[in-house]
Amino acid sequence: MLLHGLLGVPLVGALLLLVWGHRRLAAEMNVLFSFITLLFAVALAVRVMREGPMEFDGGWFFMDAFNVFLVGLTALVGFTTALFSRPYMRIECAHGRLNPARLRLYHASYQVFIAAMLLALTTNNMGILWVSMEGATLATVLLVSLYRTPAALEAAWKYFILCGVGIAQALFGTVLLYFAAEKVLGAGGNALLWTHLNAVKAHLEPTVLQLAFVFLLVGYGTKVGLVPLHSWLPDAHAEGPTPISAVLSGLLLNVALYAILRNKVLVDGAIGTQLAGHLMMGFGLLSVVVASFLIGQQSDVKRMFAYSSIEHMGMMTFAFGMGGAVAVFAGLLHMTVHSLTKSAIFFTVGHATQKAGTQLMSGIRGLMGINPGLGWGLMLGTMSILGVPPFGVFTSEFLIVTTAMHEHSWAIPFLLVALGVAFAAIFGQVQAMVFAETSLPRLPYQPAMAPVFLHLILVLVLGIAMPGWLAVWYRQAAHLLGA
Amino acid sequence: MISTGASGMISGWYLQIVNLLAALLLLISFAMLAQRRVVGLISLFAWQGAALAVSTAIVAVFTAQWHLLYSVALTLLLKVVIIPWFFYRLVRKLGMSRDVEPLLNHSLIMLTGIVLVIFAFNLALPISQMAGTVMRSTLGIAMACVLLSFLMMITRTKALPQVIGFMAMENGIFFAATSATYGMPLVVELGVALDVLVGVFVLGIFFFQIRETFESMDLRQMEKRKEH
Amino acid sequence: MSGGVVLQGLQTVLAVLAAPLLTGWTNQCRARLQGRRPPSLWQSYRVLHKLFHKETVLAEEASPLFQATPYVVFSCMVLAAGIVPMLANDLPFSPVADVIALVGVFALARVFLALAAMDVGTAFGTLGARREMLVAFLAEPALLMVFFTVSLISHSTQLPLMVHVLAHQKFAIYPSLAFAGVAFWMVSVAENARIPVDNPTTHLELTMIHEAMILEYSGRYLALIEWSVALKLFVYAALGIALFVPWGIAPVGEEAALPLALLALVAKMAIGGLVLAVLETLNAKMRLFRVPEFLGTAFLLAVLGMLIHFLLES
Repeated sequence: MLLHGLLGVPLVGALLLLVWGHRRLAAEMNVLFSFITLLFAVALAVRVMREGPMEFDGGWFFMDAFNVFLVGLTALVGFTTALFSRPYMRIECAHGRLNPARLRLYHASYQVFIAAMLLALTTNNMGILWVSMEGATLATVLLVSLYRTPAALEAAWKYFILCGVGIAQALFGTVLLYFAAEKVLGAGGNALLWTHLNAVKAHLEPTVLQLAFVFLLVGYGTKVGLVPLHSWLPDAHAEGPTPISAVLSGLLLNVALYAILRNKVLVDGAIGTQLAGHLMMGFGLLSVVVASFLIGQQSDVKRMFAYSSIEHMGMMTFAFGMGGAVAVFAGLLHMTVHSLTKSAIFFTVGHATQKAGTQLMSGIRGLMGINPGLGWGLMLGTMSILGVPPFGVFTSEFLIVTTAMHEHSWAIPFLLVALGVAFAAIFGQVQAMVFAETSLPRLPYQPAMAPVFLHLILVLVLGIAMPGWLAVWYRQAAHLLGA
Repeated sequence: MISTGASGMISGWYLQIVNLLAALLLLISFAMLAQRRVVGLISLFAWQGAALAVSTAIVAVFTAQWHLLYSVALTLLLKVVIIPWFFYRLVRKLGMSRDVEPLLNHSLIMLTGIVLVIFAFNLALPISQMAGTVMRSTLGIAMACVLLSFLMMITRTKALPQVIGFMAMENGIFFAATSATYGMPLVVELGVALDVLVGVFVLGIFFFQIRETFESMDLRQMEKRKEH
Repeated sequence: MSGGVVLQGLQTVLAVLAAPLLTGWTNQCRARLQGRRPPSLWQSYRVLHKLFHKETVLAEEASPLFQATPYVVFSCMVLAAGIVPMLANDLPFSPVADVIALVGVFALARVFLALAAMDVGTAFGTLGARREMLVAFLAEPALLMVFFTVSLISHSTQLPLMVHVLAHQKFAIYPSLAFAGVAFWMVSVAENARIPVDNPTTHLELTMIHEAMILEYSGRYLALIEWSVALKLFVYAALGIALFVPWGIAPVGEEAALPLALLALVAKMAIGGLVLAVLETLNAKMRLFRVPEFLGTAFLLAVLGMLIHFLLES
């Protein structure tokens, strides 16, 4: 029931908004549907916390600590982004960048996107996981090109084709997985159910699964934005409307990583070596290093934070690749705090670029003077994402680096240099944007700062005093990932 | 590698036809790699879908894997009728029917293609030996088709050929699923078909947007924009 | 044994005598298809007869190589005609060369022709020789790949054994043979200077390849070369028949099957000539710089055939 509500609400919302999405109160409806989805997610999370892993609908859906935590995160960020998008999109309409038809498309696609991600997270069938990942991409392609500028169209095209090719590799990996599973579980739909596969993973053919994992990693890795498959990501983030940048960075990348992790559990069980982990560590470290050096070369603020997303996704991939209780715990924590912080940053950046009329950082100056809330929001968000101590990002990065120091000390120089480079590049730019003198007048309206500070407070709490139940939860999820 | 008798192929005649169709699929993949005209590419794509559907249907009937007939119907409907028809219409509406794309380095592309085929055959060898299907040996061809479509996408600069390459890749994956495991579970196949359909639809909208903005379907125009 | 020798002689003489007939038949078919009044079936013989009785004019700078070339080329073709099984299989002469050596025999003839074309020092001769060498350089690897693919099925490069295996095994569809067959047709077209690679009936300086090489020949030399050209086409046709449709060739020591074999050969040759005429009518001659692409495709097909053989048929 709870699950049906969770998946049904955004779908119903999508249908309604497809009709209603351009009229008055459409943005409020969008918020409302996202809120109801969040309520269902919380109720589901509480239930899973109390009663442990459970299957729904005869095994078609499956919830355990790992995915219910991501469901909660997705619903939360989905809700706060809807909150943020209400004033933001209204101003975009007022600026004449959107017409009613596009606004309708935006609202409907937003709900479809949330539904597709929730389906990807809750399904037990690895094939459906693939289908819904592709669905999430398709739902956002037309959103990236929403403004119809040449740059936006190019970005959307890149997004469509690169992610399409990537996801095709993942489909091939899924075919191979089914091939291995069919020998053990027999033909039919059950052979792709994750719970069934997990039960027999030790009997799956290792050579096939090795090959399958390579394809799956490349495929879903394109979606995660791992270097060298990342080139769609900065463009899509920079050219789409800012709420979409926020959910792409905050949610879609996580869900893609989730798909890799679910498969990694199976592959680890089958081949009994660290191959999958080593591959992930390699891709992750490469992403961290390359992205951090590219951050400094950006002049567009959204592109800069998009590269920062690549860096952080690389960090998570690296952490999950290392394995072990602490690293996986840190990876999950990093997933959470990165989602919250990065979407908060995009919220403030959205308002700032709207005010300045440009996404170029040289054109954005003196946010503190324009609106103190905006200035502080961006400053604190940036400090959080850069891993300045009291925030949760510091905790997770600290755990990742210390674990790496123990087990893979060769990676330490790369990690530290990359973190340092990224820090210098981002901090220098943001400082000027926040504190420099500006001639622009004060913001005439109150920006939607509630989501920003909500996220930042959550990140702060996670960094200073993580509630005991949450720590238990993370540990359970880490245990499910084989730590 | 070389078998004992001269008649290494001892299997039933229907398998021989499936093998012939598989070889034809590979040939079509190469033809797509070399085809310069957009309209020609669309026809080749339709033929590829038809060959795929026929070979799958033969396997379905002779091995009594009746559920495969659903995917045959899906393939026929989507990849032989709807999508090619849609693409033809698109090409006509956008006035691209005479578009000819210059292909640089024809022979280099072909040689790369051969190398990819060898690679795919070797990659598939250990897996197909494990498979329990009658047409397991065609897995290598399926993999080769996937890689060749990938190569085609890389070598093209126009939007529509890239998409056709993407769809052809989907065909190759579908063929791989059939030859290794008699197809994927039905739910998954339906889902994939839905995604393909929605994807094509999204593309249709998208093409008109590109056309409006760039007045050409050449992706290099987008690249040029960057240089300014 | 002596029967074999007689049969060998008979087959070779038959090939040499019947070769112009195949050319005549093809020309006749083509004329009919193009709606022209067909020349007589014996036109090729008349041309040869006429040329043999004409005076031979030699260029002043012509060296002995120029004079020797027609004889060399003609003997090469006669040699090839003796090797390829046409009527009966496993004749005493066939162990002399396998298919690879056969490619060498053709190459020898070509090298002499190209040298002779450059010998006199005219612009056209050199041009033709250069073009011929370009075509050959691309066609020969493709031809060898075709032979390799077929020999993978028969496990031998000896023609008698290949024919025997292919004709006597249980019927099966070989995708690799289909690929090799198409590739063989493409290579034959190029090697025999037919449309779409070359047009044997025109003397346009921009397009001609083979005709440019033999412009300086006249009289009996030209007759010998024309005869060799006809013979080469005949041998290629016989080779295609032996490899891809070998049914009907009389097995070793079965004289009773000979009349049937002769009938089969005539029928297959007639069909082959007709198909060649149809394809020549349907296609237009391609520009010279497209020829590498054409032959590259032939090579590609042959390689694909071989790869597919390893994947599907072994």
